[in-house]
Amino acid sequence: MNWITENKLPLGSWMEAFVDWLTFNAAGFFDAVSVSLEWMIISMVEIFQWFPPFVPMAMTAAIAWWLHRSIPLVIFVVAALLLILNLGYWQEMLETFVLVLAATTLSVAMGIPIGIVAAHKPWVYTILRPILDLMQTIPTFVYLIPTLVLFGLGVVPGLISTIIFAVAAPIRLTYLGISRVPDDLIEAGKAFGATPFKLLYKVELPAAMPNIMAGVTQCIMLSLSMVVIAALVGADGLGKPVIRALNTVNISQGFEAGLAIVLVAIILDRICKAPGAKEEG
Amino acid sequence: MAAISIRNVDVVFGDSIKQSLALLDKGSTRQEIIDTTGDVVGVDNACIEVQEGEICVLMGLSGSGKSSLLRAVNGLNSVSRGELLVQDGDQMVDIATCDADKLRHMRTSKVSMVFQNFALMPWMSVVDNVAFGLDMKGMGKQERRAKAMEKLEMVGLSEWKDKLPHELSGGMRQRVGLARAFAMDSDILLMDEPFSALDPLIRSQLQDELIELQQRLNKTILFVSHDLDEALKIGTHIAIMESAKIIQHGKPEEIVLNPKTPYVADFVAHTNPLNVLCGRSLMSDSSDLEVSGDQWVLNQHDNTFISLDNEGKVASASRQELPLTLHHWHEGENIEQLAEGLLVMASPDVSMRSAIEIRYKTGLPLLLEENGRLVGMLSDKDFYHALLGRHFTVDEA
Repeated sequence: MNWITENKLPLGSWMEAFVDWLTFNAAGFFDAVSVSLEWMIISMVEIFQWFPPFVPMAMTAAIAWWLHRSIPLVIFVVAALLLILNLGYWQEMLETFVLVLAATTLSVAMGIPIGIVAAHKPWVYTILRPILDLMQTIPTFVYLIPTLVLFGLGVVPGLISTIIFAVAAPIRLTYLGISRVPDDLIEAGKAFGATPFKLLYKVELPAAMPNIMAGVTQCIMLSLSMVVIAALVGADGLGKPVIRALNTVNISQGFEAGLAIVLVAIILDRICKAPGAKEEG
Repeated sequence: MAAISIRNVDVVFGDSIKQSLALLDKGSTRQEIIDTTGDVVGVDNACIEVQEGEICVLMGLSGSGKSSLLRAVNGLNSVSRGELLVQDGDQMVDIATCDADKLRHMRTSKVSMVFQNFALMPWMSVVDNVAFGLDMKGMGKQERRAKAMEKLEMVGLSEWKDKLPHELSGGMRQRVGLARAFAMDSDILLMDEPFSALDPLIRSQLQDELIELQQRLNKTILFVSHDLDEALKIGTHIAIMESAKIIQHGKPEEIVLNPKTPYVADFVAHTNPLNVLCGRSLMSDSSDLEVSGDQWVLNQHDNTFISLDNEGKVASASRQELPLTLHHWHEGENIEQLAEGLLVMASPDVSMRSAIEIRYKTGLPLLLEENGRLVGMLSDKDFYHALLGRHFTVDEA
């Protein structure tokens, strides 16, 4: 038995060597990605901040009304945002919102095409599945370390970690939706002379839309759940006061910041979820 | 010219098609091929010609390969071997070998399909569903909607245009499916058990509508059904399939009268012959009539006799020594107005249904005359024979 413990496999060192190699050889690339993503997020936050708080508030309320035609929802959205403003987390809320928006947009932009390819080519999904499992099960802190090394401190490693964690949802649900499109609809599409492209966007995507929307909603929620962890590597937002409260054992700050996160989560969930669910019914 | 010409077509599903075809040539059965290669033989050496304007029904039980053959005609199933020619203007296109563009052209403008479970897009309104194929054709939105409305009107659903498919009943949904296929203005319609999922009453109604539309629009229809009554009702020709092979192809009456195999005979025995058979195939031949003196005996019990003139024409008839009035009945004449005790003479092409109605109305057997000569007689015995499904077993004996 001693032999086994004495000859430890250097798996960790290999990984470290690989990350070192990346930092050494592709530093320029990672810096470029880091700078451009950071610039994008900061300028988006600035745009939102430039407006007086009631403008984003009215916009959110308008979107809620436009999607759901529900007065209680609009009242809730406005009240929740007013509470966040009142607690003094408006700026952090905006930063969190932009982070979630960016992470979701990028995840969806990557996830849906990958999901479509996986549904059409079974071997792609065979390869993809263990990778997706890995991305969702490895504790987030573990890949926080290399992303930190590669992209430096700040919002970008937080964003990248969030994407790694959240991108699996749109991939899986797009895959599920497309591969579950009833055969007779596909056959009808083909029988009436659809090209492969038309078949995709006139038959498969609309038929899979409820699933894809569920994937997007899930992606938003997963991104939001990463807010606190992203704050650990320096991403701004509602996570920061939570971490600060944790470090100083500040119950009141922790509660307020936590409440703000919950409110953002509920607003996003209620606004995004129902249209997809309604189509399904 | 044939609209569809299927020549020695095999359809095999699986990964080792070459090997399976070789086994098929050696005479292996379907089951043996599944056991050796894992492939399923859908169609085995099918040959049919479907003429323009014909309704050809592919008939068989589930798993007999009828749908596999139908789906080969528009390339949903690929032909493993053989030629499958479909008319495109003046030329014939071989679906088995044509390229993707040609196949798409055939699908958008020559061959349309109606599905068993309707296959309507659940997120599209009724009118958009009807316009679906036109959209695939690349037609603009206004134009295709206008055309779709026209076809919806044809099937009587124009008021439902903005509804979603799930808001419609089954019969209505299949009407939408029909309108979608008709909107393509293609000459050939493929119908894969289109009415099987419907209630009997709606089914029969849609069958009538289809026959009526076909007479008006003169489409060539290839129709799959597992119901012989349906096949006999709408088909001008019927091809019966059993375990991937076409075992008999012919007109409905030929199939009912001369089933080639016990399998077909079994089908035929359970069918309603009223709409299929005509007098000629039911009648007792005039040469079988008993002669008594210079008169021919129609019915010994109530002393019904007829006498013929020199040319074999019926000259007079009598019952219980009283003369009977002769009446020549022509197709389309109202049977309700025939009086009791009238001795009706009709053409041998009279349908079994009309013949029975006449027999019921007049209370007397029918005489069948052709070219001014008596050729046969239809009495109760002949009707019972047909109704009991004995008309062909008698032939075989």
